[in-house]
Amino acid sequence: MTAFLLRRFATLVLTLLAVSAVVFAIMNVLPGDPALVILGIDSTPEAQAALREQLGLNAPLATRYLDWIGAALTGDFGISYSYDLPVSTLVLERLPVTLPLALAATLLMAVAAIGLGLFAAMRHGRPGDWGIMVLSQVGIAIPAFWLGILLIILFAVTLRALPPGGFPGWDEPLAAIRALILPAAALALVQAAILTRIVRSSVLDVMRLDYVRTARAKGLSRNAVYRRHVLPNALIPIITIVGLQVANLVTGTIVIENVFSLPGLGRLLFQAIANRDLFLVQALVLLFAAAVVIANFLVDIAYVVIDPRLEGRLE
Amino acid sequence: MTRSDFVATSIAAFCLLASAAGAQAQSSVTIGMQQEPTVLDPTADATAAIDTITAHNIFESLTTVSESGEVLPALADSWTVSEDGKTYTFDLAEGVTFHDGSAFDSADVKFTFDRAMAEDSVNPSKKIFQPIDSVAAPDADTVVITLKDPDAFFLFNIAQGDASIVAPETAASNKTEPVGTGPYKFDSWTRGDRLTLKANTDHRDHAPEVIDTVTFRFVADPAAAVAALMAEDIDAFPGMPAPETLEQFKADPRFTVAVGTTEGEIILALNNAKPPFNDIRVRRAINHALDRDAIIEGAYFGYGEPIGSFFPPHHKSYVDLTGRYPHDVEKARALVAEAGVAGEPITLRLPHFPYARRSGEIIQSQLAKAGLDVKIENVEWAFWIDEVYRNLNYDMTIIAHTSPNDLNNFARGPEYFYGYDNPEFNDLWERIRTESDPEKLDALLKEGQRFVTEEAVHGFLFQLPKLGVYDKDLSGYWTSSPVLFAPLNQLRWN
Repeated sequence: MTAFLLRRFATLVLTLLAVSAVVFAIMNVLPGDPALVILGIDSTPEAQAALREQLGLNAPLATRYLDWIGAALTGDFGISYSYDLPVSTLVLERLPVTLPLALAATLLMAVAAIGLGLFAAMRHGRPGDWGIMVLSQVGIAIPAFWLGILLIILFAVTLRALPPGGFPGWDEPLAAIRALILPAAALALVQAAILTRIVRSSVLDVMRLDYVRTARAKGLSRNAVYRRHVLPNALIPIITIVGLQVANLVTGTIVIENVFSLPGLGRLLFQAIANRDLFLVQALVLLFAAAVVIANFLVDIAYVVIDPRLEGRLE
Repeated sequence: MTRSDFVATSIAAFCLLASAAGAQAQSSVTIGMQQEPTVLDPTADATAAIDTITAHNIFESLTTVSESGEVLPALADSWTVSEDGKTYTFDLAEGVTFHDGSAFDSADVKFTFDRAMAEDSVNPSKKIFQPIDSVAAPDADTVVITLKDPDAFFLFNIAQGDASIVAPETAASNKTEPVGTGPYKFDSWTRGDRLTLKANTDHRDHAPEVIDTVTFRFVADPAAAVAALMAEDIDAFPGMPAPETLEQFKADPRFTVAVGTTEGEIILALNNAKPPFNDIRVRRAINHALDRDAIIEGAYFGYGEPIGSFFPPHHKSYVDLTGRYPHDVEKARALVAEAGVAGEPITLRLPHFPYARRSGEIIQSQLAKAGLDVKIENVEWAFWIDEVYRNLNYDMTIIAHTSPNDLNNFARGPEYFYGYDNPEFNDLWERIRTESDPEKLDALLKEGQRFVTEEAVHGFLFQLPKLGVYDKDLSGYWTSSPVLFAPLNQLRWN
């Protein structure tokens, strides 16, 4: 287990190093000069040159990268070109929005999909099953941003039950939670639609296996069969998909935060790329990459918890 | 105090409290904006949202500009101009303090101008300061600015946010903690969500009716902007990004829709430095091929005034030149054929602005009728500003020039992205720039407009409208914008 954890940690570090090098390279190849973005089209060439000097953009690429890595190892992720603030300050400001949003969406997605998928499988071939299949098909077809707009129109404009966007901050916990309900739902429902279909087919696959029939034959109740034999075995493919979907949810925040005007990491990344704000992009992409790597790690752990036979995989 | 006195006083006090509470309840306004500033120092970053929020609200300049474009006193109470038009003597307003309590005097003005003119200055509009020779502060209330040559636009230019007066002690931290002398103080900023200003009760023009708290909410998505207004989460959206939604607000009795003009001339910019646009026949063909009314209708739902030159229609020196190249597909075809460029591939690079993306396809089809093969490439802003603007790596693009008095763009030489270089126009601009007689200036500005139209330097499209949606009880906002800033201290709840 220790070896496994060490290997995983090494993977994380190597992934982040690779990602940081790629981001640095891409941001430099991409046309666009932060100084020009900041000073605009009426600025003089002298002012642009002065700002490039101030921002340290004239040093060679490799030097800048190594300087950045060196500082990042000590926890200094640089100063944002466009905001003129430490990158860590900007990221920490936004984390309390995106983290709860992504977690709530993940939870909502899992609960909704497992509940509905199981329900559909248990009513296989009957109207309940058809209804859920049709709804999930619709859910897959709807882009999250459009669902977000529909939710705003219904719950914020027509019913006036929830705010249409913005975030009051966690000083007002109730208002903050209310502000996150619609975005979490918009983010979760589309992913839940996909997962529902996976849960249903996975459960149906397991139900056709011999040991399920045997369990039924030896007189176990229907619910006990589902609880003890069907669900644990059906969970392996489900967990795999959930791991992939967490990555989708994390990247989905970029779009959803824009629709709901939330001050989160996704919106910050969007602005950082537009402004060619290298260090800020770097830190945010690394954070998103780490989230995906860690999600995959948790999936591996979950495999073993669900199916002890897989423990060999960890050695 | 007798008993009845006591009752009377109590009632009076109660009424006062009640009215104060009532005033308090109405004393805040939430304004929606699509673009969020990155920093709050207008002397360090060109982002238009910075000027909108800070200029003449948090900061003040020596002069200011009214909604109609007239130059008015601000931190300078009055001024005199020398006979030769080169020396400006400003008499500063008295009793002005910065928001941190420190006093404002001529040393702050001198510091501001010297800082913007310095070699390592990163002021985004450094060219405003280039005509200045020296700045002197002979006493605490007087500033003397000497120019190298007379400058017709000097008083207008120094009203802009780029010339905001800052104090030496706080200049470096204004990006995140702006300290100015203006009618509003910076209160708080949750980046990505909202920014709050509070009325500066010490300001010389402060009145009890001034709205106490102004909150800017940053809503990037047009659909979200509509929803926020409909849900009454936002009281005003002065720059609505989606013209197609205005009908809905016009029909709703809760709102006032205000349609005004801006300084933004939207042009189909042609790279004059390279073929086929170094040929005036092609440029004229394009102007004949454009159907401006159809573009405005299709791209902006009919909002916006067609232009035939590079000048705002609301300006007193405007000449209507839209008739110079009437929409005539046959003539356009003939000119294209004559120049021998029919069917040659031309790229139209479109930045992210709605006016550009929305107009692009309509223009593509109009030019196709004239025999031009236009391919559209959507590019993001950082790409546009580097490749199109700096490297002149483009054939055609669509862009709005939002600066006032910007006819000088045609005199910016071959390195400027127009790729247009004409000594005759350079001379003309030199005469415009240094003309101090209003009547002669008017005639010269008209000549300048005719010149660029005759040369058909670009396809001139339409004037960018200012589309605002406001709570019907709100008044005191600017319907039109001759500048980037928008004063808040005239806003009132009826």
